[in-house]
Amino acid sequence: MAKIKYIEFNGNEHEIEVSNGLTLMEGAIKNKIPGIDADCGGACACATCHVYVDNKWIEKLSPKDDSEEDMLDFAFEVKSNSRLSCQITVSDELDGLIVNMPEKQF
Amino acid sequence: MSETIKTDCVIIGAGPVGLFAVFELGILGLESHVVDNLDKIGGQCAELYPDKPIYDIPALPECTGLSLIENLQKQIKPFNTPFHLNERINEISSDNDIWTLKTSRDKVFETPNIFIAGGVGSFEPRKPPIDNVLKYENKGIKYSISDKNFYRDKKVVIFGGGDSALDWTVELSKIASHISLVHRRDEFKAANHTVNQMRDLVKAGKVNLVTKSQISNVQGSDRVEKVIIKDNDGNEKIIECDEILIFYGLKMELGPINDWGLNLHEKQIDVNTEDFETSLPGIFAIGDISYYPGKLKLILSGFHEAALAAQKAFTRAKPDETLTFRYTTSSSDIQKKLGVK
Repeated sequence: MAKIKYIEFNGNEHEIEVSNGLTLMEGAIKNKIPGIDADCGGACACATCHVYVDNKWIEKLSPKDDSEEDMLDFAFEVKSNSRLSCQITVSDELDGLIVNMPEKQF
Repeated sequence: MSETIKTDCVIIGAGPVGLFAVFELGILGLESHVVDNLDKIGGQCAELYPDKPIYDIPALPECTGLSLIENLQKQIKPFNTPFHLNERINEISSDNDIWTLKTSRDKVFETPNIFIAGGVGSFEPRKPPIDNVLKYENKGIKYSISDKNFYRDKKVVIFGGGDSALDWTVELSKIASHISLVHRRDEFKAANHTVNQMRDLVKAGKVNLVTKSQISNVQGSDRVEKVIIKDNDGNEKIIECDEILIFYGLKMELGPINDWGLNLHEKQIDVNTEDFETSLPGIFAIGDISYYPGKLKLILSGFHEAALAAQKAFTRAKPDETLTFRYTTSSSDIQKKLGVK
């Protein structure tokens, strides 16, 4: 279980507990947090669950694989801390993680 | 004058569930036409994950998106179903239990039954959500190429790193007066040999490659005159151009279906679980696009939904006939339809 803070582009904050084993995307969808669309349902096939990971946390996450990096080509306003939230699995170590949502999911 | 096609059912969407609906309708003796916005059969399975393995199709321990589609095509071959690809249903209207559908190519269908098997909607090009990019669409900004000669002797900027972006960079470098390729990183997802061709063209001075940069804005008077790109550190750069091509892949939109007056549940269509009919009689929604309590977006759920919807479609297509439930194992009538000898 980890407490995750999702911050919408307009600044609205949502702090929720997400169970271990769920992805960041699933945690957001289950709690109906706006700003993450996840059209493909987590198949790493659409880039509509794009988030910016708080810089302090970037190094603590498992690195991006090629398919995530390729799919990020299709996200809008990609930055060095961009990730697809369907590819990040929640564990106790992520307690306190902060992610920011982009302005739009394309 | 456009042709009018009369049929028992129009299926919107050529993904796995649309294809299996052809089968379920076919063994009941109903003829169908399939319309899909993509240029190929297979929906998401073919477009998004042709090579990804699927493990939860009953009795198929493992298959790929593409092999699933190939097998479904084999299964429906006996019905010789017409497919209308690259085509979208734009408008529907009804009169006396008959629906009239108009496609983006001005074809007209008349049918008692519409099966919406549209997955998460139709695939549309991803458009950067920048006001000026939307404003200059078709005034110097395009998302696909219909006639490459249009780009002869023009200054072109291409955005993207996939096959479309790279293929067209290589191809247009032969005829454009100047060509720039802009991508957000140094690596390209496109096929290796095309990437190598592109890099050779860069060395030869035929292509201006700008990486670690993304589109930021466009400017012009009536048409696009320049594009502003931003690198990873936020520095902006201007490239003068006549034409911009953006290849950021496809995304899924519900599209015109939004305006048909169906009861919706977010991006899905409300149906009942008896026959998967929507709030409008004769319009059914099956597969990922349908919603009911407990809905699972699984291919196998869509197959079940197709079978039940086909039963109801029969009563609408042939109101004077009685439908007798039969098994494919024992019904000589079904086996005849399937061409079993």
